[in-house]
Amino acid sequence: MDFLIFQVPMLTVQAVLDGLLLGILFALIAYGMALQWGVMNIINIAQGDLVILGGYIAYFMYLYGIHPAWGVIVSPIIMYFVGVIIYKLVINKVVDRDLFISILATFGISILFMQLMNFAFGADVVLANSGYGTTMLFDNSVTLPNSKIFSAFISIVFAIGLVIYMKKSKLGRAIRATAQNARAAKILGVDTEKVYAATFGINAALCGVAGALISITFTIHPYMGLPYTIRSFMIVIVAGLGNLPGVAMSGMGLGVFEEFADYILGTEFRIGSVFLLLVLILVYRRFKLSKKREYLK
Amino acid sequence: MKIKNIIITFVSAIAILFSTSVVSLAKVVGDKIILGAAISLTGKYSSNGVHTQNGYNMAVDRINSMGGVKVGGKTYMFDIIYYDDESNPKRAAQLAERLISQDGVEFMLGPYSSGLTKAIAPVTEKYGVPMVEANGASRSLFTKGYKYLFAVLAPANLYLDVAIRTAVELNGGKGVRIAQAFEQDAFSQDVRLGILDAAKDTGSKIIIDDKLPKELNDMAATLAKVKATKPDVLVVSGHTKGALTAIRQIAEMKVDVPMLAMTHCDAAKLSKQHGANSQYALCASQWHKTLTYKDDFFTDGMTYDADFTKEFGYAPPYQAAESSAALLVFKDAFERAGSFDQKKVRDALAATNMQTFYGNIKFAEGGQNVDKPMVLFQVMCDDAGKCENKVVAPLKWASAELIHPIPKWSDR
Repeated sequence: MDFLIFQVPMLTVQAVLDGLLLGILFALIAYGMALQWGVMNIINIAQGDLVILGGYIAYFMYLYGIHPAWGVIVSPIIMYFVGVIIYKLVINKVVDRDLFISILATFGISILFMQLMNFAFGADVVLANSGYGTTMLFDNSVTLPNSKIFSAFISIVFAIGLVIYMKKSKLGRAIRATAQNARAAKILGVDTEKVYAATFGINAALCGVAGALISITFTIHPYMGLPYTIRSFMIVIVAGLGNLPGVAMSGMGLGVFEEFADYILGTEFRIGSVFLLLVLILVYRRFKLSKKREYLK
Repeated sequence: MKIKNIIITFVSAIAILFSTSVVSLAKVVGDKIILGAAISLTGKYSSNGVHTQNGYNMAVDRINSMGGVKVGGKTYMFDIIYYDDESNPKRAAQLAERLISQDGVEFMLGPYSSGLTKAIAPVTEKYGVPMVEANGASRSLFTKGYKYLFAVLAPANLYLDVAIRTAVELNGGKGVRIAQAFEQDAFSQDVRLGILDAAKDTGSKIIIDDKLPKELNDMAATLAKVKATKPDVLVVSGHTKGALTAIRQIAEMKVDVPMLAMTHCDAAKLSKQHGANSQYALCASQWHKTLTYKDDFFTDGMTYDADFTKEFGYAPPYQAAESSAALLVFKDAFERAGSFDQKKVRDALAATNMQTFYGNIKFAEGGQNVDKPMVLFQVMCDDAGKCENKVVAPLKWASAELIHPIPKWSDR
């Protein structure tokens, strides 16, 4: 029974596709996290809560009769300003400080957001229906919800857009310069304060897109943010900082790995196996690092 | 400086006065019986917490307006002290301590959810405070030997038992193949144990037994397994999130299964959020308005439904109905005990044998209600897409005939 996946070959295809689609969506959230971690050296615990807030924007559009897919445009615009406001109020006071301080600060923001969303939107689990239907492959033995395909497609579009923006635009170059060496960038006339605000805003906007997509593929609830924070944290750790293509790869890889763990080990070990993988990767990194140092001596 | 001292003395004097007067507010003052309750008014259980509170308040108003509680020839009115437990078990236990030792409450009403009831029960037990609870169904509450805990609802392991037995019956008495997916929390795992028992009894086979993570938002893997193995029954329990996720993904992945049984459809507002996609789902419920139980206060389920809707502006979920029933049980026990002695009230509660609009109530040794079966309703939609929940099992209470097997997605 445990090895159903080997008896029914089509399940392998299903698992790979499900994992990829899920992984791409998670990679988008991790993308934002990697960006601001790299630039500002801040681990944003409130990442998942920004995602959920973005989801609520799409949900309310749906409630008022607008198709929730428009949320992928409206939500990032609103969330960009939310991000900039959070930066101005809190983050700019912790940006050059110890990593621990920034974790505490964003943890506080996370709790505040959860409670405010609960207060404003209620504690019911909600979702937005896109009505996109289903794509069936291989004589109906593999089914892919179109909403998931749509999510993956939009995530890829935004990810590619971001990469191009970072390469070509003035602000993008300023962000990259600040990430490499904030002091040098400052000396050369980059307004790092503005760069930080924009980076946090872009991160929040990416969370907004992801949230809108999650509201049409999964469900949203004020207290559901933390799993998204943890997942994106894991993806960034696996990929390494400042490695945007790596984030995409590790997002998809983890997605597929998780699906297979579900089929082979059982659903209860799904999350556990991802954590185990994380530990192994960290130990391996550490091992490689210690090797290197010895070599240098 | 002097003025400051005077002010401080004055304020502390008032504070002391208040604190003592609160203590003297205990249990029965004048013509008032004061009950205590920690309820989730904020936090993740706040929707159901509010249903619970509304249910309690509705019953308090009704009993008081219909003559109150008569004990030893004197008439008393109910009153409740509420605190917000923030959906947090630790906070709930602290508040229970506070209600009992500071506010002097001698009788308690339960909080919302099994987890919080589990946190409070040891406290009420320690102080010998009788607690009637209406929202903690986990089986482990009733196996700890608690003497002062009484639950008006059926325990969690019976939630979907009816579904399996109905499926077996429809299969000509032969065992069925069951696929199940349960969240890893106390309540859902108890529901799972109930299914395991029912499967053993009926000779059914469990072919998929997935335990969903708490942060569940994707069941695609489980449903793909269901598609591949084609079971006779699919059982899902994972609170409102589980119910909503299951319906969304079953519809998206076009999973055909002859019977789909779930919990928390009511609380998830399944048919409102998913419309016709939720059609044919079977849902376990503690209560339904069409059941024909009766009492003197709320008349019957239909009347309760109408009165509650008029007062609070929404139809009562079963969480509200069972909460109202808890007050009826307390009133009955006080009157039979003829006293406010905690021991006597406890014994009177243990001897409860009554019918309320919510169902029959009779407590087993462990405190669970053994006289009220669970009902199953099925979501049924008309051509216009308007959906309604109709009771289909047990047959005695059925208001519509069960649609079985569920039509295939290609024919819907």
